[in-house]
Order: sequence, then structure tokens, then C-alpha cells
Amino acid sequence: MSDETSLTLFQQQEANRRRTALLVIGFVVFFAWLGFGGDYIYYLYTHDAPRAAYHHTFPWFGIVLSLVAVALARYAYDTGPEKVLWSTGAREVVGPSPPDPKEQQLVNVVEEMAIAAGVPRPRIWIVDDPDPNAFATGTDPLHAHVAVTQGLLDLCTRDELQAVIGHELGHVKNLDVRLMTTLAALVGAIALMHDGASRVLRPGRGSSSEDRKPSPLLLVLLVVWIISWILAPVIAQLLALGVSRKREYLADAMSAQFTRNPLALASALQKIENADAPTTHIKRGAAHLCIADPLGRRLTAHEGLFADALATHPPMAKRITILRGMGYAQLKKEGGSVA
Amino acid sequence: MGGSVILLVLIVVVALWVVGAYNGLVSLKNQTLNAFKQIDVQLKRRHDLIPNLVNAVRGAMDFEKSTLEAVIQARNQAVKVNAAGPEGIKQISQAENALSSALQRLMVVVEQYPQLKATGNVGQLQEELTSTENKVAFARQLYNDTATQYNTKQQQFPTNLVARLARAQPADLWEIEDQAERAVPQVDLSMKPKP
Repeated sequence: MSDETSLTLFQQQEANRRRTALLVIGFVVFFAWLGFGGDYIYYLYTHDAPRAAYHHTFPWFGIVLSLVAVALARYAYDTGPEKVLWSTGAREVVGPSPPDPKEQQLVNVVEEMAIAAGVPRPRIWIVDDPDPNAFATGTDPLHAHVAVTQGLLDLCTRDELQAVIGHELGHVKNLDVRLMTTLAALVGAIALMHDGASRVLRPGRGSSSEDRKPSPLLLVLLVVWIISWILAPVIAQLLALGVSRKREYLADAMSAQFTRNPLALASALQKIENADAPTTHIKRGAAHLCIADPLGRRLTAHEGLFADALATHPPMAKRITILRGMGYAQLKKEGGSVA
Repeated sequence: MGGSVILLVLIVVVALWVVGAYNGLVSLKNQTLNAFKQIDVQLKRRHDLIPNLVNAVRGAMDFEKSTLEAVIQARNQAVKVNAAGPEGIKQISQAENALSSALQRLMVVVEQYPQLKATGNVGQLQEELTSTENKVAFARQLYNDTATQYNTKQQQFPTNLVARLARAQPADLWEIEDQAERAVPQVDLSMKPKP
């Protein structure tokens, strides 16, 4: 292994730490904008009101919304992994020796890959879904979780399972899990806030008794503000899409580095791809965490401007081709390297 | 005046670099030691597992006594090596590699008798053994990767200038000396459980 690999790993970790922080800050700033923006609009609106009427001078909305956003972000960061696992209905594999031989094998394989990756053994979960898929979540390697579907356990050989777990531990090691889990939790929080806020805002409380003409500044502000409200979930979704595609190639490469067997991952991906059914237990909110798009979207099969903008995962065919390339290159120089 | 400021800045920059390079080397050294401990842990696990395995197949394998004897002997040899730390790596790796090949011969034999796998918990033990062998191999791989990184770092310019200061010594890699093991990686494939 060259020195560059470790450097990129370090950079990757740093980038993920930074991006998670930016994401959380962006989340809070966005809500502050919604709050203080609303305050300002309301202030302008009541500015010319008669003396006796209500004048909005203290930014209540802004302060309350910012505080709520901070609390939500904190809560989302802390409970993100739990929430993601809960949303898929995963059950934990407990103890070092579960009775089922397949589960025993899974535990062994995870332990092996944790050694290869040089991270502590993550907690292991199984999602009762016949479609093969897997994901990792957590905030750092000490608090990490790896989940596989029952379908993956049934379908894959030991080597293939090992390769898939290697891919997931790649995500854990370079801290992809932190960014992606926080993102999933914040997407959920935004959806929640949005639903709640629309319910509050919908009853038209604006008393249209006064026949005043609103200033153009007020109108523009109002439009931008309302658009931000409407767009919040869409922006969150787009962020989730953009964040995961390049990471899959990298995690594939890390799996190959851990197992020294890229062809096993290639054949595992082929099996996952062939089992075309969507993974019904994994909802949209956690889709970007998975090794393969659980929604079975056809978009994922293409690479192009359109797919680049909308798919959470790179095309499977391309990933498999890259892995096969690695595999054959390795076979060619077999025996030339240590271990 | 301006010259001395530049000189001062230069000294600070160099000092910062020395600190960074020194710490980098120390951190890599500790990672290497830690990776070596991982191998140790896994080897111990393997030594503990082998008696169980041998007892499980002994009754069913009267006809392959020599293979079993070889495993037990290799295991006892490996346990006897009391070298510790990366310095003793040559000694340890020799004994452990011998044990690895003895175990692989045993696994091949077990594969040849499907009825053996069906009896009792041989199948389960086989999975355990496969896992233990993999753990040893992966721990070794991590150690070799980390040690290579450490060695490269202390030889590269300009980090090599602080290598002596950080008491950096090249770490020995865990070589696979057994030519047979290197040449026949297919044995690993045969240990795959049948679907």
C-alpha cells in the first residue's frame, strides 16, 4: 500500500467531518433565515399599521426557529443511527455465537473485515427483506452499525458477503457514515418541520381588512421566503442524492483493499443487480446509505446529466467493470506482493 | 529588521514541520505495534481452537491420523515460540506458517469426506476455523500494510532526517515463506461452504 492511500483516507475523513459540520450549520442557518425572514416581513407589514395595532418589533419567530433547529440538529445527530435502523425494522444479531449458522457466518465475516480495516467490530443488524442489500450507519468507527438484508445472507457466498461487508466498513472507516447518517436524520427532520409548519401557516390569519398596498420589497421578500419553505424538502433530497454517488466507487475500492478480492465484490454486485426487486423495508430517507439503490430506480442504470442529477447510486455496470478490471490486474501480478 | 523577521518565520516553519514529521512517525510506529498485537490476539485464538477441532474429528478420522498428528505437532510448536513483539517476527511467522499449511491439509481432507461434515458440529467448527484463518490472514495483512507505510515514511526524504530523532527502525514484514501456500490460493476457495 502506498503512502498516498493513507493520505487520501485522512483527507477523506477530514472532508467528511467538515461536510457534516457544514451540513449542520447550513441546516441551522436555513431555519434562522426562515425565522428572521418571517420576522422581517411581519415587521414591514405591521410597520405602517395604526398606533394601536400590533407592531412586530421583537424577532420571536427567528429566535424560536433557530433554537428549535439547533435542538433538532443535535437530536438528529445523536439519534440518527437509531432512527435509520428503526426505520428499516432491523433486528440486532446479539452475542458472539448466534444459533443460526448463517448468522454465525455473518458475525465471523464482520469480525474478519473489522480486523482487515483496523476498526472495532461494529454492531450487526439484519433486515428481514428478501431483496439483497446492505448499509452502514453510525457517527464514527466506535459507534458504527452494519446491516444486511436476509436476502443478502441467503444469496451470497462467504466471499461475496465478505466483500459487501468490506464495502460497508469502508464507509465506516472514512467517516462516510457520519455525513450520510446526519443527512438522513436532517432530511427526516426537515420533512417533519415542513409538515408541521404548513399546518400552522395554512389558516390565512392575515386580516385583509386594511386596504394598504404592500411595498415591493415586502412582496419580493415574501415570495423568496415562501419559495424557501416549499423548496426545503427538495433541497434536502437533492443533497442526499449528490452526496452518495462518488462514495460508492471509493467504498468499492476500499473493499477490494481489505479483501484483496475485487472479483468477489463484482459478483456480489451482479447478484444484487440481478435480484431486481426493490428493498421494500428501506425507505426513501435511508436510500443513499445502501450499497445498491433500494428503490430499484431505473435511473441508476444510466450515467448522464439527467441520471447524475437524480440517481443516488452510480450505475452498477460501471462499478462491476471497474472491480473486474482490478481483479484481472491483480491476477496478472499474483504472487508478486506480500500477503 | 526585515531579514530577521523572515529568518524567524523560516525557523518557526521548519520547527513546525519537524514536530509534524516526528509525530507522524511516532503515530505510525504505534499503529504498527498495535497491528502486530492484533496478529497475536488472533494467533492465540487459533491455538485455543485447534484442540477442539481435533477432538471433534478424531473419532471420525481414524484413517487420517497422520494429518491430525501433523496439526497437533505444528500447533504445539507454535505455542512454544515465546518471542514477543515485531523483533521476534521471523521466529513466530515460521512456526505459524507451518501450522497454517498443516491446517490447510486438514481442511482439504475434511472436504474430501462429505459425511464427516454432516457429523456433529464439524461443519460449525469448519466455519470457525475458516474464520480464524481469515482473521490471522487479515491481521497479518493490516500489519504488513501499516509496517510498509511506516518503513516508507522513515526512508523517504525529507522525513528520513527526523527518523533517527523519532527512534524509527524499519519494521520486519510478515513474509509468507511457504512456497506451497503462495502457489495454491485455490485451497481457500475449497473452504467456501457449499450453498
